[in-house]
Amino acid sequence: MNVMTVVERDVSETRSKMDARGVQVWYGDKHALKDVDVAILDRTVTAFIGPSGCGKSTFLRCLNRMNDTVASARVMGKMTMDGQDIYDPRVDPVQLRAKVGMVFQKPNPFPKSIYDNVAYGPKIHGLARTKAELDEIVETALKKAALWNEVKDRLAAPGTGLSGGQQQRLCIARAIATSPEVLLMDEPCSALDPIATAQVEELIDELRAHFTVVIVTHSMQQAARVSQRTAFFHLGNLVEYGETGQIFTNPRDPRTEAYITGRIG
Amino acid sequence: MSVLLTVSLLCLLAVAGFVLCRRRVLIMAQGDTRRLHSLPAYYGWHGALMAFVPALALMTLWQIAQPLVIESRLAGMFPEAMVEDTSVRTLLFADVRRIAAGLDAAVAKGTMTPDAAEELNTTDGNVREQLEASGVALGAEVLPETLAAAQQYRAAASMAGTVRSVLVLTVAVLCVFLAYRWTNPDFRARNRVERVMLSLLMLASLIAILTTVGIVLSMLSESFRFFSMFPIGDFFLGLTWSPAFQGSSELGFLPLLWGTLYISAISMLVAVPVGLFAAIYLAEFADRRVRSVVKPLIEVIAGIPTVVFGLFALVTVGPALRDWFAMPFGLGNSGSSVMTAGIVIGILNIPFISSLADDIISAVPQSLRDGSAGLGATKAETISQVVLPAALPGVVGAVLMAASRAIGETMIVTMGAGAAAKLDLNPFEAMTTITVKIVSQLTGDTEFNSPETLVAFALGISLFVITLSLNVLAVWIVRKYREQYE
Repeated sequence: MNVMTVVERDVSETRSKMDARGVQVWYGDKHALKDVDVAILDRTVTAFIGPSGCGKSTFLRCLNRMNDTVASARVMGKMTMDGQDIYDPRVDPVQLRAKVGMVFQKPNPFPKSIYDNVAYGPKIHGLARTKAELDEIVETALKKAALWNEVKDRLAAPGTGLSGGQQQRLCIARAIATSPEVLLMDEPCSALDPIATAQVEELIDELRAHFTVVIVTHSMQQAARVSQRTAFFHLGNLVEYGETGQIFTNPRDPRTEAYITGRIG
Repeated sequence: MSVLLTVSLLCLLAVAGFVLCRRRVLIMAQGDTRRLHSLPAYYGWHGALMAFVPALALMTLWQIAQPLVIESRLAGMFPEAMVEDTSVRTLLFADVRRIAAGLDAAVAKGTMTPDAAEELNTTDGNVREQLEASGVALGAEVLPETLAAAQQYRAAASMAGTVRSVLVLTVAVLCVFLAYRWTNPDFRARNRVERVMLSLLMLASLIAILTTVGIVLSMLSESFRFFSMFPIGDFFLGLTWSPAFQGSSELGFLPLLWGTLYISAISMLVAVPVGLFAAIYLAEFADRRVRSVVKPLIEVIAGIPTVVFGLFALVTVGPALRDWFAMPFGLGNSGSSVMTAGIVIGILNIPFISSLADDIISAVPQSLRDGSAGLGATKAETISQVVLPAALPGVVGAVLMAASRAIGETMIVTMGAGAAAKLDLNPFEAMTTITVKIVSQLTGDTEFNSPETLVAFALGISLFVITLSLNVLAVWIVRKYREQYE
């Protein structure tokens, strides 16, 4: 596996954006996540890898408290963002999610126009006072998501009419239009063809300049291509977390090695 | 031979066809079903259908044609003047058939021998009384021509019945024989059976369409008769509704239209917000246990007969509105009012809207809600800006269904809003609707020959046009504002 080609791994940032300490998650009686400690670095792409059901998506959904919407889920442990506890009762999950955007596995554009899809977040958060400001936010977000040139002439067309790859980039544009600080991506390329995947991966690398990106992926090549940091989850445990090149070339834990060489998972 | 007996024999033939064809093909394949083109049962069904379908089709055609043929033969027995006008002629033959049926009944009961029925004569005494004695009531005295025609009719009908049964059964036997001959392992029985099933499905959908067309046509022809007796302008633009059976009626449509729209509007003002809010609560907020109790309870309302709702309007809502609103504010002292009927119809429609809208809202994909929540939208923002727009087409459909019910509601209006046709803005006045007037114009022993009764058809067709345009409007709204999710 040619892991060291795409991204130079200059992890110049050392400031931690989000910190998890001893995080446990139960879904009813099921212990989905056991004692996870992770420090997610600012302006870095962090990849979560691991076999299905290992808890990586569960952990991702803890970072913006999306697990709150699941009635049976219980989250324990300490989780902070810029030093502030995000599970503090005084923190409104709605405000947290404005700062921690999320892109889902399957593209889920709203059944609205392309423009309204992107403008949705800025509108509900009151980020634009005038129509001109809103237009600018939409344009910037679409440009950052590398979609502007393809859709600038048909902003009024429905977002559901785009191709799969375009839809996913629209969802990314929608997420970055609210100017979040952290962008969570739950297997963003699993429903896309290789060309669209390449476009989205390239985009993720560019997003690193402005956002902290956390990506869950099933594809180890993808993790190797786009991330600077990789965390390997197995059966609800965080097995190993470190610099991506080190995880893929010189894993410390035998389970990590077994997974990346294809023996478990 | 009676129709029932013929059909029973047909069924027997069909069973025989099934067994024979299935056995023949199995014998020909030496019990190895893999050599057959179709499964063995298909050969059986093919035999059964061959026995049934052509014979039944023939019988249906025969039953339609028989009375027409007999009547045209019997028309010669009457004086020219009596059969010239089609409506008189229709009534005349209705009499003939009724007397013939009366004679049949008398013979069946044993109060009259078959010979006596054939030889019965108006000179032998009072035919009407004789038939009445055997339990057959006739409206008027029997004319000699009619009686003779009825006796001829009986003879012709019994003769035709025998010919029909023989013919039908012969066709059935022939077809079973054909099916038996055709049956061999290469015969495509499944394809033929499937074709019959397909036509059956098409026939079912056709029946619904044809019924609508038939209703519209019958209403149209009667409406034309009405408009030939009553000026069309006075009907559609008239401001007064006061039918008088002595003539000089004023049959203005507008007061009824106003009452209908007013009551429907109030009922929708009650039903749409309450129903929609209930649906949103059930679909988005209620947990599973609450939902499983509340939803059936709301739907119980849909099972209450409207006449019971009418009683509720009459004894509870009407007096309450009068005592607590109308009288204190000096808006009238009528127990029956537009408001009463509107509110009660609204309540009747709540479960319709809530139940349908709940299903539609629940069908909006969870991924859209997650997407919205992931952007930091509150639940309220998600519902109002993502979920409801996505559910709009279905919700509009549900609202429209409720509106059609409100417009067509009769019982609650009769008991809640009264029967006085009035053009008034005060919602605490008694008013009435198109449907109520249709009923009241046709209640009692009436014949369809005066504008006062025929107006019912003009009202009916107007009502149909109103609900149809509502449908068109809804389709247009849905097309324009639809946000389609995948």
